Amino acid sequence: MASQIKIRATLENGVTTVKTLMIHPMETGLFKDKKTGDPIPAHFIKEVKCEHNGKVVVDAEYGIAISKNPYMAFNFNGGAHGDTIKISWVDNRGAGDSAETTIT
Amino acid sequence: MTTDSKRRLFLKGSLITGLLTLAASLGLLAPIRALAAWPATAFDAKKVDTALNTLFGNSNLIDRSADITLTAPDLAENGAVVPVTVQSTLEGIESITLLVDKNPNALVARFNLAKNAQPYIKTNIKMAETSNLIAVLKAGDRLYSTSIKVKVTLNGCGN
Repeated sequence: MASQIKIRATLENGVTTVKTLMIHPMETGLFKDKKTGDPIPAHFIKEVKCEHNGKVVVDAEYGIAISKNPYMAFNFNGGAHGDTIKISWVDNRGAGDSAETTIT
Repeated sequence: MTTDSKRRLFLKGSLITGLLTLAASLGLLAPIRALAAWPATAFDAKKVDTALNTLFGNSNLIDRSADITLTAPDLAENGAVVPVTVQSTLEGIESITLLVDKNPNALVARFNLAKNAQPYIKTNIKMAETSNLIAVLKAGDRLYSTSIKVKVTLNGCGN
């Protein structure tokens, strides 16, 4: 499956800004199916790793209260045009996804 | 099946289970991309103080509202998607933690920052009801914080 992570990384005045959008249902496990009344099992991203040229810049730990299709933006000092930005996540079922882009 | 062969089968079964338990306890069945120590107890905590104590070993927040900008709508129409921005002028921030005191679980997320990362995070969170939103920025053993009240008209609980 092609990666469903979108990343945009831009460099301006020595600061790299990274914006990312991950496709994930982020089910809390607290809701019931409205038709059947069955509980909807929790399904959420637990960890998001953001790397710049292989070095972790932001390591995020998520709970169930991050919105569906998580959006995250951060920035860091340094970085150069063409450097690699990698975003990867792992969810509570052990599934994961990752994507890379270069700084523009 | 005779009693004896049933017994054999049972013994075999328990042997396999035993081996699997052993393998699991030795970490042999750990997923290939092992998770870092995701703080399950902190995420289960109902109260802000409990979550902070579990995460950091203390819950003494130092109010630095002047140096931390926490932005979210005063009135969130949809509690399922509340845009939040945290930004600070404080130096040496190692992590940014977001908490909502009236959510079923107070802890929302923790963003661990490398030295070159700036104390800035933007994300979308869920809020069950009108509540205080708290940002905690860790520097060494100090917890700097600020909080704002966000009114929620339609909650993040799907109804």
